Amino acid sequence: MSEAVAAGGAPARPAQLFDYLLRIADTSLVLAQRLGEWIGHAPAIEEDLGFANTALDLLGQARLLFAYAAEVEGRGRSEDDLAFLREEADYRNATLAELPNGDFGDTIVRQFLIDAYQIVLYGGLRKSRDARLAEIAAKALKETRYHLRYSSNWLVRLGDGTEESHARVQASLDRFWPHTAEFFDADDLDRAVTGAGIAPPVQDLRADWLRQIEPVLAEATLQRPPDAAHRWYGKQGRHSEHLGHLLADLQYLQRAHPGARW
Amino acid sequence: MNAATAGIARTRQILSTVPDPEIPVLSVLDLGIIRSIEETPDGGLRIEVSPTYSGCPATAMIEADIRTALQNAGFPSVQIVEVLSPPWTSEWISAEGHRKLRDYGISPPTAAATPVCPRCGSADTELISEFGSTPCKALHRCHACLEPFDRFKCI
Repeated sequence: MSEAVAAGGAPARPAQLFDYLLRIADTSLVLAQRLGEWIGHAPAIEEDLGFANTALDLLGQARLLFAYAAEVEGRGRSEDDLAFLREEADYRNATLAELPNGDFGDTIVRQFLIDAYQIVLYGGLRKSRDARLAEIAAKALKETRYHLRYSSNWLVRLGDGTEESHARVQASLDRFWPHTAEFFDADDLDRAVTGAGIAPPVQDLRADWLRQIEPVLAEATLQRPPDAAHRWYGKQGRHSEHLGHLLADLQYLQRAHPGARW
Repeated sequence: MNAATAGIARTRQILSTVPDPEIPVLSVLDLGIIRSIEETPDGGLRIEVSPTYSGCPATAMIEADIRTALQNAGFPSVQIVEVLSPPWTSEWISAEGHRKLRDYGISPPTAAATPVCPRCGSADTELISEFGSTPCKALHRCHACLEPFDRFKCI
């Protein structure tokens, strides 16, 4: 691993860097899997392609992070082992990513909230003291920009659309909003990687995130839901009942045919 | 020209015949993904390659195609190194690449707000979809000749 020492901060232990990399990678992997569920079901072929292409980018970003995490861990596991052969409690994705797709509007709102979060996260990680993570973030940031453009355009069309589309995406936003607290509440691992200069302080990302989303919400004539305390556990490995079902699909092939390749 | 630069010139010539699997009219050199070519002390080649999109399914195939082409040309030892930083940008597509894209019916990546239709040359075009048939393209429509066309995304 690269040297990751902030001025005056304690260096991160490899186990901490490994766990932190999984948080970012798992959120992308799980969200990619959810978007993939739309293939063949989206309302128009353009949206089928839009979700599939976004999923492909997220999967590619997750692969870069898994490959690095596997090296940091140094136990001979591969990126595939990490993606396909961990137990549910070993996944570190944010809960929002694993929530079911719902209708098209639900998926767009979830995507919009996470796209904007990834913009500010990768923007901060680009300056990480960990050179490898910084270069992955710089690469991912360019792709995340057009993901956010896509989800923002749809949010405006639905929010500022018909009475029904407006009411439905407002309800999606109200339902998903509390889960975004998980992005910005720091726990011990967040504090450790921030102290080591690896990651930006998560609580500081919220103002940047709001600057990304508020103009879009205004254009979409949507109300920003009130902030409320919310319990979250995904990034610590405790998940909603939905992740297990998602993993059953995601892992099926490698579990049924270990080592299968094509 | 000494032996080393002759080897590198020949390598470049071979790479100019290796197509991008998704847009075969472009070579890997036109695409701007070849970052450096070096001869190693043991007589092998070390080639730095940057992926275009992190999710591009063609990345592994491109590396295999480069290796095969060079091995067939008599370079048995080819080391391919993936380089992420600085990240690949569509600005690295060569002028020759732009010309080939236009001839192929794909509007090349330019800073223009609305792309020029590769079929009739009109700038009166609109975006249909941010995502086209591959991750690197968006779908547009020309109001002049009414044909849809792909545009290589600026990234």
